[in-house]
Amino acid sequence: MPEPLLSIRNLVVEFRTEDGIVHAVDDISYDVFPGETLGIVGESGSGKSVSTMSILGLIPQPPGRVASGTAIFKGKDLIKMKKRELRRFRGDELAMVFQDPMTSLNPVLKVGYQLGEAIKTHYPKVSDDDVEKRVIDLLRMVGVPNPEQRYTQYPHEFSGGMRQRAMIAMSIANSPSLLIADEPTTALDVTIQAQVLEVLKTVQAETQAATILITHDLGIVAELCDRVLVMYGGKIVEHGDVHTIFQNPRHPYTIGLMDSLPKLTEDEDWLRPIPGQPPSLINRPPGCAFHPRCFLSQGRLRCREEVPALRTADGGTDHASACHFAEELIGRHSKFAEPVPAGGGA
Amino acid sequence: MTEPTTPDAPLHLQKHLVDQASTLGDGMDPALSGLVDPTLDAGLEIQARSQWSYARSRFLRHRLAMIGLVVLVIIFGAGIFANLIAPYSFEEIDLTNVLQAPTTTAHHFFGTDEIGRDYLSRVIYGIRTSLEVGVFVGFASTIIGVIIGAISGYYGGWIDNILMRITDLVLTLPALAILLTAAALLGQGSQWRVSIILALFYWTTLARIVRGVFLSLREKEYVEAAKAAGSGDLRIMFRHILPNTLGPIVVSASLTVGAAIILEAVLSFLGFGIKPPIPSLGSLIASGQQFPQKWWITVFPGLVLLIIVMAINFVGDGLRDALDPQQRRVRA
Amino acid sequence: MLTYITRRALYSIPVLIISTFLIFSFVSLAGDPTANIRANPQFSVITYRNLQHKYHLDRSIPVRYGYWVQDVVTHKLGTSLVTSQPIWPDIKRTVGHTAQFIVLAEILALILGVTVGIFSAIRQYSVFDYTFTSLSFLGYAMPTFWLALLLQILFVNIYLKWDVRIFYTSGLNNPGNGTWSWDRLQHIGLPVITLTVISFALYSRYMRASMLDVINTDYVRTARAKGLPETKVIMRHVFRNALIPIATIAALNFGSLIGGAIITESIFGLDGMGYYFIQKLGQLDIYAVMAWLLVTSVVIILFNLLADILYGYLDPRIRYD
Repeated sequence: MPEPLLSIRNLVVEFRTEDGIVHAVDDISYDVFPGETLGIVGESGSGKSVSTMSILGLIPQPPGRVASGTAIFKGKDLIKMKKRELRRFRGDELAMVFQDPMTSLNPVLKVGYQLGEAIKTHYPKVSDDDVEKRVIDLLRMVGVPNPEQRYTQYPHEFSGGMRQRAMIAMSIANSPSLLIADEPTTALDVTIQAQVLEVLKTVQAETQAATILITHDLGIVAELCDRVLVMYGGKIVEHGDVHTIFQNPRHPYTIGLMDSLPKLTEDEDWLRPIPGQPPSLINRPPGCAFHPRCFLSQGRLRCREEVPALRTADGGTDHASACHFAEELIGRHSKFAEPVPAGGGA
Repeated sequence: MTEPTTPDAPLHLQKHLVDQASTLGDGMDPALSGLVDPTLDAGLEIQARSQWSYARSRFLRHRLAMIGLVVLVIIFGAGIFANLIAPYSFEEIDLTNVLQAPTTTAHHFFGTDEIGRDYLSRVIYGIRTSLEVGVFVGFASTIIGVIIGAISGYYGGWIDNILMRITDLVLTLPALAILLTAAALLGQGSQWRVSIILALFYWTTLARIVRGVFLSLREKEYVEAAKAAGSGDLRIMFRHILPNTLGPIVVSASLTVGAAIILEAVLSFLGFGIKPPIPSLGSLIASGQQFPQKWWITVFPGLVLLIIVMAINFVGDGLRDALDPQQRRVRA
Repeated sequence: MLTYITRRALYSIPVLIISTFLIFSFVSLAGDPTANIRANPQFSVITYRNLQHKYHLDRSIPVRYGYWVQDVVTHKLGTSLVTSQPIWPDIKRTVGHTAQFIVLAEILALILGVTVGIFSAIRQYSVFDYTFTSLSFLGYAMPTFWLALLLQILFVNIYLKWDVRIFYTSGLNNPGNGTWSWDRLQHIGLPVITLTVISFALYSRYMRASMLDVINTDYVRTARAKGLPETKVIMRHVFRNALIPIATIAALNFGSLIGGAIITESIFGLDGMGYYFIQKLGQLDIYAVMAWLLVTSVVIILFNLLADILYGYLDPRIRYD
């Protein structure tokens, strides 16, 4: 087992709001290994974005704060680091791509300038010409046609898909070891989504960077990821490698997610959504956060009183589930229990 | 609006809230009533409250707005009950007591003016005048603005074009210049003439806002549904779209009252507004220019004016905060 | 860019024509320029009729408007009915005086307001922020004429008590001093302070709000994610974007500045546009008033045009509109 590139332990992130304290991330721990693609899946409000933004120091500090936990990256704890030092990692070794390309670029500055800024900030000694060359190369790598001309254009002259490509180019400008992509295709048309995913694959192959891919779209996870984390209500409820999660999920929420997807190779009469609403992150009732919507729980006392811990499940050493009654799911296959296309280069 | 029920209430009581929300057209998308909602039942959800109770609690929490409200009640109350409160009539002349500094003797707390009239009384009556003008203009210009904005936004097309061009034109000149011209030519003297002139020129901002809301909402599905059900235009405008504009209308109306009070004061100050003997805070301040050493003549009415305007601004801010929290607001 | 400018400029012309026509109609309907003459028993009815005919007062409004436009163009804004003097020289002189202190006030207010706005936003909720936000609330609510009067009273009393003139409280100059003299500065000091205070309150509030808006955008988050130091984030990404709406506001504020000029000139007895306007209005000198409104319209439209151009320069998205 190689050394993990990023090691998060017991991370807790809170937000102070006028209605109370929101526990956005409630004691999560996970590792990311070099070169792999880790998918984090969950609904809105599950804490998936907040967890990664917090270790990069991108959470606005007045309402939010990292209450506790460590995030060791290449031997250093990102959480305890001073802002100045963390800044040196941001955009260089650790890069992030955000969700909405339409608003993620400064409208009054040229695209080429903004991409060049990523390089110049960390390597100020590089000449302007070299920076320009590198940016044009990056734009070409992500598939932006006519990169020399595009270099001098403004963001509003780019389409949504092109903007997201530019964002990806910007994030890998300094060859990061870890790339975090926060719902990179959610705001795009379906056809453009496919293209951008291809770009991500290309970029991963070129840079050998590890990637954390945050999404609520299981299709993307199936296509790109090696391992998967499933989050719910600020906690990790299941994790494992992608085949296991898709074929033998061992948490009712994961099963619910799988079940709610239409399977295109069969006739189905009804879609089966998970009933109910995501939980409030402010006043947490005791017990498992998922139990009101859980088909397995059936109102059992233990689910209502005791928060389930992550325990190893039967899908291998890496497979774990946070359910009191995970054993009852053994032997159950999800409807995707057929060979799933392999994730990106495991 | 009824109070929201607590999260412990049984499901059927909460459902009626959902039904009510869907018929109010107050902007809340009606949840599908009839769905069994287990998470609601288990108290695991933040209970949705109606918009109005949120707005009200937000307003009450806004400290500055509450202070402003209290101050306004006191000051305007004094204006309304001027006859009962003012120690003297505003006309009572006492030539033996000319230009006396503020003192506690004979209740001349604000001193006396150049012909011996008690200044406190004059200021109080001045408040009343300001109040009359402010309320009238606020009311009238709001009505005009809403009607024009609604027609413009709802019907669109050439009506909209013409109306908006007219409002544009009104804006190309400094407001004060237009008002002065109008006042000089049409009406000086009584507060009613001044009020009418102010109202006729002040509806443009509100009309734009209302128009904007109508323009954006008339395409919405519930308007189409209402049309399909046979509702007439007027009914649609009133029942469905108008409630959504109440927030900006209330805010704008309150700020208009403040602006009208100031504008009347300026007009009177320059001699084109309300003429003596009716006291106006503006003309009171103006009379102070001849007596620079008798500071109270200028300071007191101006101070009152300043406090009124600040209080109205605070209340307006609080209202804006409460009724439209997504809007960018400039607050302390 | 050039097409953008020409388009906006061309659009302004019909606006100017229509607005002057409306004003002319309104003024003509509402006021009778010959009212003074009619009331005067010295003039016979025949003189009155001749006068009416000479000034085309017996024709319809559009026709009169036409004559007035002709007069304006050929005779430099025509002659006043009251004083029988040409209007243009007066306006030229007074506009110059007003422009001097208005421009000074505007520049001061912008520099101060933008700076305070920036720091208020960066240090949100700090003592600095609270102090200046409260002050701007005060300044915003402060009636211009009251502030001007208070300043005047203050400095008159200072002079009376200590026999020192820091600022003069009336007039433009002491005899013998020129337009750009220290003496002029002492005279326009108080009006400038008055106007600056009010505009400053406006600009600092809006700049603060604009900065806060921009600070919370996605692209600023991107800039931070790139690893930019916070100072560079603010200067390069936030500031420039936040400045854009201020350009529009500054242009729109110009109208109220003219209103402020009317007030301050009346109080401080300055020989400027505002004072001229009040006088002519009081005398019901219709043509002078019309001329004044025309000149003011033109200036404001020019300023709006300038604001549009500035906006187009600052925001590249607009140019391709």
